[in-house]
Amino acid sequence: MSPWYEKSAFEIREAVASGAVSARAVTESFLARIDAVDAQVGAYTQVWRDEALAQADAVDAKIAAGEPVGALAGVPISLKELICTQAGETTCSSKILAGFQSPYDATVTQKLLADDAVVLGKVNMDEFAMGSSTENSAVQKTANPWDLSRVPGGSSGGSAASVASATSAISFGSDTGGSIRQPAAFCGCVGLKPTYGRVSRYGLVAFASSLDQIGPLTRDVRDAALAMNVISGKDPRDATSADLPAEDFTKKLGASIAGLKIGLPKEYFVDALGSEVRTLVEKATKVLEEQGAEIVEVSLPHTEYAVSVYYIVAPAEASANLARFDGVRYGFRHPDAKNVTEMYVKSKSEGFGEEVQRRIMLGTYVLSSGYYDAYYLKAQKVRTLITRDFDEAFKACDIILTPTTPSTAFAMGEKSSDPLEMYLNDIFTISANLAGIPGISLPCGKSASGLPVGFQLLSKAFDEATLLQTAYCYEQHGGNDLGLPALS
Amino acid sequence: MSTITRSDVAYVAGLAQLDMDEAATERLVDEMNSILDYMAKLNELDTDAVEPMMHAMALTNVFREDEVAPSLPRELALRGAPVHDEEYFMVPKILDAEGGGA
Repeated sequence: MSPWYEKSAFEIREAVASGAVSARAVTESFLARIDAVDAQVGAYTQVWRDEALAQADAVDAKIAAGEPVGALAGVPISLKELICTQAGETTCSSKILAGFQSPYDATVTQKLLADDAVVLGKVNMDEFAMGSSTENSAVQKTANPWDLSRVPGGSSGGSAASVASATSAISFGSDTGGSIRQPAAFCGCVGLKPTYGRVSRYGLVAFASSLDQIGPLTRDVRDAALAMNVISGKDPRDATSADLPAEDFTKKLGASIAGLKIGLPKEYFVDALGSEVRTLVEKATKVLEEQGAEIVEVSLPHTEYAVSVYYIVAPAEASANLARFDGVRYGFRHPDAKNVTEMYVKSKSEGFGEEVQRRIMLGTYVLSSGYYDAYYLKAQKVRTLITRDFDEAFKACDIILTPTTPSTAFAMGEKSSDPLEMYLNDIFTISANLAGIPGISLPCGKSASGLPVGFQLLSKAFDEATLLQTAYCYEQHGGNDLGLPALS
Repeated sequence: MSTITRSDVAYVAGLAQLDMDEAATERLVDEMNSILDYMAKLNELDTDAVEPMMHAMALTNVFREDEVAPSLPRELALRGAPVHDEEYFMVPKILDAEGGGA
């Protein structure tokens, strides 16, 4: 029998709940896997060995006592460094939060614990989620498990690398402009960004509050649906969370997609798209067509403006959000400050890394007097146009299909010297955040050099069920189980 | 749109409470100009009649009952502070001995 760390969350939960295996044995299997491969991958920034085993024992005790267990009973998971946990540290992979212990659990953390998930630890990310390669982490490097000289993507690079290298069954990341979907594509796993408002942001350290969402990275589509069942819902602590009835996101898995209309936006199949990626995405489209979907061409005419809008709106919001790291209530305080102003300046300048400072500068500039209308207001108006594009397109189709990224995972250091080039890597994922709609990336094969390729499905707001139905249909019929990367 | 100069970078750094040395200022002049040049693309669009979008969801006011609920215990709230006493966050001197602002 294959080891437990190779199993899906669904299989693990079934086996644990039925008593076929103990949560402890499953947890030990994953901890041993971390010991075996994570020194090479570098996904984990913290491993909570004793706490994880204690959580597993608590699940086993419930089962022994005949008590009901949660929807993720005994499933070993990892959390991105910016999801608040009372246990361990919440560093956002930044020097400014080194050693920070959150005084509370994020709502997502509370929900996962209440449903008996076992938290193995925290995983690496670009500092404050700003980046597309995890190279901006102030803590450590994370490698792509399929080729250790390449980046895992970002900003949830630790999450994707962990799921791809089977050191957690599910990892929870966050997506502001593609930070779940892009690393999922680079590492060959499934990554879902829910509709804005679907999942509470309480306890998610804020980057850009009108764009951020927490979501799962998983080995398969069903696990993503299971995870969504646990983390979704209205939260009185997040006024922007949507007040909708609880939904079972697995309900449409396996349902036929005959007659479903899938739109291909012509603006996404452009020259910037690498030919290997294009070929595999077209193959995936064929698979869905063979399953009865009707493929239609749609247009999202403002696509070429999305990167500009995003890199005005997101840094503007970030510059306001990150002003809280002032060395007073938490985080790093520079020891040499003689007065309060000096304390602010020295703490921020020493505590924030280069990319974070660049975005604070950009955001401050576009919000500053004299430039607000030219940049920030203009960007918000174009954001309206981008959202209207989707409203129009969804009149002609139920699902939009696109590549997730223009290329496969790039080499470490390849793009880190040119910020604009790095930003353009987000070209296919950003629009969904601006419009607030959900998106999922799933693997559709490997390049000639053995690197995973992902494609993206988008749906109307709050239609994750159809998104998952379509993704599941592809997964069942696409024949693209990538297996595990060769790590010794 | 306009071109970023060294003094613009210094001015924005002041607003953002960041300390930029010579090398960082030089680098940011180049980087911000290249990024803002790219963004000038937005000027191709006539948006005079378009409403700005502030948020992904069209929410106005979200009301709730004003009820007393447990909040963060003081010792937990103070736990992460670099310097604190039993009750307060402690910071360096705000006013100097002559009574002027720091």
